[in-house]
Amino acid sequence: MRVELLFWADCPSHPKALADLRAAMAELGLDPNEVIVREVHTDADAEQEHFVGSPTIRIDGVDVQPPNGEPLGLTCRVYHRRDGRISPTPDPADVRDALATAQTATTERE
Amino acid sequence: MTAIGEHAPTFALPDTDGTMHEPGGAPATVVVFTCNHCPYALAWHERIVAVAHDYSDRAVRVLAINPTDAERYPRDSAEAMRARVQQGEFDGVPYLRDESQDVARAYDAETTPDVFVLDADGLLRYRGAPDADYEDPAQNAAFLRDALDAVLEGREPDPAQTPPVGCSIKWRP
Repeated sequence: MRVELLFWADCPSHPKALADLRAAMAELGLDPNEVIVREVHTDADAEQEHFVGSPTIRIDGVDVQPPNGEPLGLTCRVYHRRDGRISPTPDPADVRDALATAQTATTERE
Repeated sequence: MTAIGEHAPTFALPDTDGTMHEPGGAPATVVVFTCNHCPYALAWHERIVAVAHDYSDRAVRVLAINPTDAERYPRDSAEAMRARVQQGEFDGVPYLRDESQDVARAYDAETTPDVFVLDADGLLRYRGAPDADYEDPAQNAAFLRDALDAVLEGREPDPAQTPPVGCSIKWRP
């Protein structure tokens, strides 16, 4: 399973997102140190990475909260928690569910 | 940078209807730099509007200023600002456009949001975050409310300054 966190350094959201992601991985018995953390530096990088904001978490290439028309670019990303609150980071439950789904798919392939 | 206790910069900026607004003329004025695209500004937004509502009977003014470079961040265009106002998101809070970014620079604003409280004489009495946790609505803009209560009672806010938390202001190149 490939777990990636993409971030833009000017946005302060990624440390919390990375901590939440690693906690969810540990909870599911995955190695939290296997997260691939990559910085997006420029607008050109953002275009190339299809990056709609920081942080972006992809599991096997699938965004944990797929973009809904947001423009590509260097910005802090807006997430919606399950209770409707706006947040700079994805709902930990969404992250956990995305990991669990990918984990199941990986197991079935094997 | 304006220090606590010094005169805050004055300004005149247009709201989304073109009406000009200046700070002052009130026992306390809140100047909050904010924007449309930042999750921190959005997470705290309702709490700041609630402050405007709750302190309106004490004639406190709340002015929201958007200094974002809308060319790079189209979600902060004048049209997008107007749309939020028309949807009722800024009830009682003029939403002002700082097109030149001169006001944000004069205040040395760092993030959205970045909150400044001015007293009746235009002296800066508080600067920083609305409260301690953007994730927790129960915080209810406690730093800001405490600062306003202090100013209205003639006391010094404590704390008078907290670190602003949010998205960096998007300056023009």
